[in-house]
Amino acid sequence: MTETRSNQRTHVVLLFSLAVGMFGFAFALVPLYQVFCEITGLNGKTSGRPADPTAIPEVRASDREVTVQFLASVSNGMPWEFRPSTHQLKVRLGEIYTTDYYARNRAAQAVTGQAVPSVAPGYAAKYLHKVECFCFRQQHLEAGEDRHMPLRFYVSDDLPEEVHTLSLSYTLFKVPTTQAANSVANLASIQQ
Amino acid sequence: MVTRAEDVTPQRYPLREFLSRWLLTTNHKEIGTLYLWLSFTLFFIAGAMAMVIRLELFQPGIQFAEPLFYNQMVTMHGLLMVFGVVMPGFVGLANWQIPLMIGAPDMALPRLNNFSFWILPFAFGLLISTLFMEGGAPNFGWTFYAPLSTTYGPPSTDFFILGVHMMGISSVLGAINIIVTIFNLRTPGMTLMKMPLFVWTWLITAFLLIMVMPVLAGVVTMMLTDRHFGTSFFSAAGGGDPVMFQHIFWFFGHPEVYILILPGFGIASQIIPTFSRKKLFGYHSMVYATIAIALLSFVVWGHHMFTTGMPVVGELFFMYATMLIAVPTGVKVFNWVATMWRGSITFETPMLFAIGFVILFTIGGFSGLMLALVPADFQYHDTFFVVAHFHYVLYPGAIFGTMAAVYYWIPKWTGHMYDERLGKIHFWTAIIAVNLTFFPMHFTGLAGMPRRIVDYSLQFADFNMVSSIGAGLLGMTQVLFLYIVIKTIRGGDPASTRVWEGADGLEWTVPSPAPHHTFETPPPFPPIMDKDEGTPLNE
Repeated sequence: MTETRSNQRTHVVLLFSLAVGMFGFAFALVPLYQVFCEITGLNGKTSGRPADPTAIPEVRASDREVTVQFLASVSNGMPWEFRPSTHQLKVRLGEIYTTDYYARNRAAQAVTGQAVPSVAPGYAAKYLHKVECFCFRQQHLEAGEDRHMPLRFYVSDDLPEEVHTLSLSYTLFKVPTTQAANSVANLASIQQ
Repeated sequence: MVTRAEDVTPQRYPLREFLSRWLLTTNHKEIGTLYLWLSFTLFFIAGAMAMVIRLELFQPGIQFAEPLFYNQMVTMHGLLMVFGVVMPGFVGLANWQIPLMIGAPDMALPRLNNFSFWILPFAFGLLISTLFMEGGAPNFGWTFYAPLSTTYGPPSTDFFILGVHMMGISSVLGAINIIVTIFNLRTPGMTLMKMPLFVWTWLITAFLLIMVMPVLAGVVTMMLTDRHFGTSFFSAAGGGDPVMFQHIFWFFGHPEVYILILPGFGIASQIIPTFSRKKLFGYHSMVYATIAIALLSFVVWGHHMFTTGMPVVGELFFMYATMLIAVPTGVKVFNWVATMWRGSITFETPMLFAIGFVILFTIGGFSGLMLALVPADFQYHDTFFVVAHFHYVLYPGAIFGTMAAVYYWIPKWTGHMYDERLGKIHFWTAIIAVNLTFFPMHFTGLAGMPRRIVDYSLQFADFNMVSSIGAGLLGMTQVLFLYIVIKTIRGGDPASTRVWEGADGLEWTVPSPAPHHTFETPPPFPPIMDKDEGTPLNE
């Protein structure tokens, strides 16, 4: 009987830890999912960090050219005008190009926005490297203010043969004021 | 004048006695009864919501329910049926039957058992109270996708979140209790591979519950912090991703649908051998098939998300993994049919419900296979075809399963036989009504009628009217069921110990009604069944 009791206690402890562990696992799924998408380029996610331009090989494997299309959309409730300055570029693989997006705050008060990139076809996302991008941090515009936001990128030369056109689309989201307050702290920590 | 102690009638406090009996009970049979009545009560509440939905869809146009109220009805109907009816119903059956079937005196953790039950009335009270709040009840569907439930959710969403947390805790504690009971309190000689199948399926279900209910708790916690504490798990503006909500939700959600059906498989595997008067065909393959289904359920969540822009590789993986589940499920259906093959079958009400379960669940399984096909799913996604599919697996699966179990074991619980004639009327009206209600939804769905919308185009009018008539009939059969249950509790032909001629198992060795305390000393196993007993067949 006492043996059963101690067995029971062990089982209860083990099962309870399993439940607590699974609660933690739900939260672990968040970074796991992000990392998984970033590594595989699934979901058209591009890297959230600037690429290192020195990583480009000196000698290019080919003179292949592909078209990169730029798209912009604005989510619900975001009062900004937002469009690419150039709609498409013919780019040579392994060469850095600079373009920009134009944003203007049409609201009567200051608004913070965050652009979220997505690449189609999704599996090509990991070949598009951004050296500099306005999407790396939140953008803040005063009422009526406008800005040309720069984007520097290159397409690496191991891009699969069948890809001739890449679409880079940004969706601009309004950052709620509570989160915008936090973002000042975020920004500070990034710049350090 | 001398007053002797025995002359004074002790003061009775009926209310206090009633409360202390039911509030403080640690007896598995009483807690099982409480679970079953809670489930039955919520079945009527959630069923009334289904009646509102079908009344509104009786004709095209908006007649009875405002769109917002309609959405609340759809959401609450789904939430209550899944978490309030099917899950507590199965837990109630587990409480009553598992100790009786494994020869245990009670559940291993009786006070925890009491606690896990008494959380539930408060959880569902909280959930139902949102209907009366400003802004209305949750209206985003039972899957509560972000951002509908985060950015756009009504204020009552926070009560919904708390309610989900509470029932999650209840389910996890209940599951821990069931596993500990099964592992520790089996009568000597009953090895794992000699356990009745209902116990096996519940053991696996309990593991699924412990694995996924905490994930559900996690996802609603993320919703809560997104809504109020400035995080952005699911908000793209802050670097989160609304599609991630669906990944985490369905990581819980797909094992959850097996939580809703595996105990039903166990019930069918108990009833079909009894009334076929044969041993269950392929016991081992049944156990392994159940385990296979449970394991596979963790790697198929993506099939709910084919249209979210998933890469082809992902779609293919989830498609093949999903279709793989048809193999163990097919093994089960084959085994049930093989058990009946050349059996000496009689068709008492529990058997009728079990056969109805096998046939209609198989139809639901096939429409599930259709939905698993990526190219086809783009047409079916979010249409009434999906509604038809999951009602075919849930109604004849979980609900018929529970009803079959009630008819099968109620003579043991109450000591009375139910009214066989009324039981048969119940079954035949129910099976006609189920098909009348849900079969036309296949056609409207294939023709493109979207789900969760208050109005629809004119060409769907006839099929919807048929569905609504069927739903009304189906609602009425539940009232009949309630009447049958009450009538059985109050009286009826006395049930024998073995109850059914072909019944086998420890629960049929205790008297009917089962005494308050059973198996205080472990019974012998295999059980010594009374050969002559068994209520004679009524036909």
